[in-house]
Amino acid sequence: MTTVPTGIQPISTGRRVKDRIVHVLVYLAFAIAVIPLISVLWLVVKNGMQRFDLEFLTHSMRNIGARDAGGGAYHAIIGTLEQVLLASLIAVPIGLLTAVYLVEYGSGGRLARSISFFVDVMTGVPSVVSGLFVLAFWILALGMPFSGFAGAMALSILMMPVVVRSAEEMLRLVPNDLREAAYALGVPKWRTIVKVVLPTAFTGIVTGVMLAVARVAGETAPLLLTVFFTDSINNDPFNGPQMGLPLYVFDQAGRPTDTAIDRAWTGALTLILIVMLLNLVARLIAWWRSPAKRGS
Amino acid sequence: MRRSAFRRSRGDGPFRFASTGAGVVLLGIMAAIGVFLIVKAIPALQANTSHFLTEKVWNPNAVQPAFGIGALAFGTVLSSFLALIIATPVAIGVALFISHYAPRRLAALLGYVIDLLAAVPSVVYGLWGVVFLVPFMRGPSEFLNTYFAWIPLFGGDQVVGKSMLTAAIVLAIMILPIIAAISREVFLQAPKTQEEAALALGATRWEMIRMAVLPFGRPGVISAAMLGLGRAMGETIAVALILPATFGISFEILGPNGNSIAANIANGFGEATATGRGALIASGLVLFLITLVVNMGARLIIARRKEFSRT
Repeated sequence: MTTVPTGIQPISTGRRVKDRIVHVLVYLAFAIAVIPLISVLWLVVKNGMQRFDLEFLTHSMRNIGARDAGGGAYHAIIGTLEQVLLASLIAVPIGLLTAVYLVEYGSGGRLARSISFFVDVMTGVPSVVSGLFVLAFWILALGMPFSGFAGAMALSILMMPVVVRSAEEMLRLVPNDLREAAYALGVPKWRTIVKVVLPTAFTGIVTGVMLAVARVAGETAPLLLTVFFTDSINNDPFNGPQMGLPLYVFDQAGRPTDTAIDRAWTGALTLILIVMLLNLVARLIAWWRSPAKRGS
Repeated sequence: MRRSAFRRSRGDGPFRFASTGAGVVLLGIMAAIGVFLIVKAIPALQANTSHFLTEKVWNPNAVQPAFGIGALAFGTVLSSFLALIIATPVAIGVALFISHYAPRRLAALLGYVIDLLAAVPSVVYGLWGVVFLVPFMRGPSEFLNTYFAWIPLFGGDQVVGKSMLTAAIVLAIMILPIIAAISREVFLQAPKTQEEAALALGATRWEMIRMAVLPFGRPGVISAAMLGLGRAMGETIAVALILPATFGISFEILGPNGNSIAANIANGFGEATATGRGALIASGLVLFLITLVVNMGARLIIARRKEFSRT
């Protein structure tokens, strides 16, 4: 190392070998991470296709015994759609307004900082705890029955922080010039937000909401504690136990017969299709409106 | 609003009030979660004939309710830490792969593939675990037990597929995308000038990463791992389907022992009496507090690093 001879010295074997080893390890890590994904998707598609028929999509489990073949998840699909829709109706306004507060009104004050911090903490609330909360508050303390709406409340608690975070990020991307131009024209602040800021950030917000919906659509634990089980169709989310698709998979997977396991796989396939579809729609909306901002 | 939309004071006040109110509602929900869990847990805790924090068995539905969080908390912590130990090295590798190794054009796409892992619902992992992974793990578990029994974790006389190890592997798969996504973001933020300087001085790619990327990313990776830990602790359905739901405390992760707070709630809720539900709520409160501490710790580390890198 004291004197450099002519030309550049080649990298010593030890260093080169170490570099190669890490190179291989990093590629290996990626491969290890992808294997379970492929395995899960392959098994879900392979086993799920067996029962993925019209009867599954149009019939409930009413009068289907544990050992019987047949039956379907119509009641669970209806339940999931209603619960997720209700959860969005609760979570999106609160989440969106909170994001507006954080970006437009809070301006780094103490309240804004503590809300921001607790939104982050809320992201980490276990789904089963949100279910227990609704159980303790709505069903035990207020004496309400198990219902799809109770499940929707539990899901909305899980949705809110996701909506806040994504909406906040999108609102911050809106250029300040737009706001200042509106103020200069004498437009009051709230109309600037409603007419200028929110429309500009609209697609980004929709994408965030869709991803939040996709996240809660697969949640099982909160439904277990708030929606309970039923094998029959219940179209009314405010009255009586409902079913949800994740709950259906859990219920069927816990039964020891092959016919039930088959139904569980098909339920899983339906659930994954719904979640993937929501993800795809979200990404398409994001891609469609902002082709320039791609790449990250 | 009705008379004139241009009068500033009319619309602005209510709108500001509504958006501030929404933020306060969020804080209120967080507080209410704590309050209602405590309120509904107290009657059950008073009816408990045993010590809640140390008792191992869970028998709240009996005439003389006796239940404790001991075995459940132990199982929660053990399975989550095992999952963390399995997932973190792989996740760091994946993050480095996407940030520094993969071809530029493919990196975004491959990152999306990893995100897909997070999009699979947990109940699907549970189903996959119980139908595929549990029988599959019997072989490797026998192998570990035969040749590595001198490591206490792999010891024990009984080897089963429905074990702590299987649950930990499923948990590891579920928390991997979170840890990988955050680590990737931090690695991408590492100062380009330092990376280029290291390469210009003749460092190999690994030496550049070790000197310029990893030290910069360490706090981010630590907080990512803690967020993953919080997620693993709260995971319910997959664990409920896989773990054997017994109430022993044992470090032998291949044997038929293990349960977790969340899994016990899912498994026990169906036949719970009033006291039983209260007891489950009490255990949920403990879970809430543990995850709260873990998550707040992770957030504080991230916030500290942000201030640090801004100056």
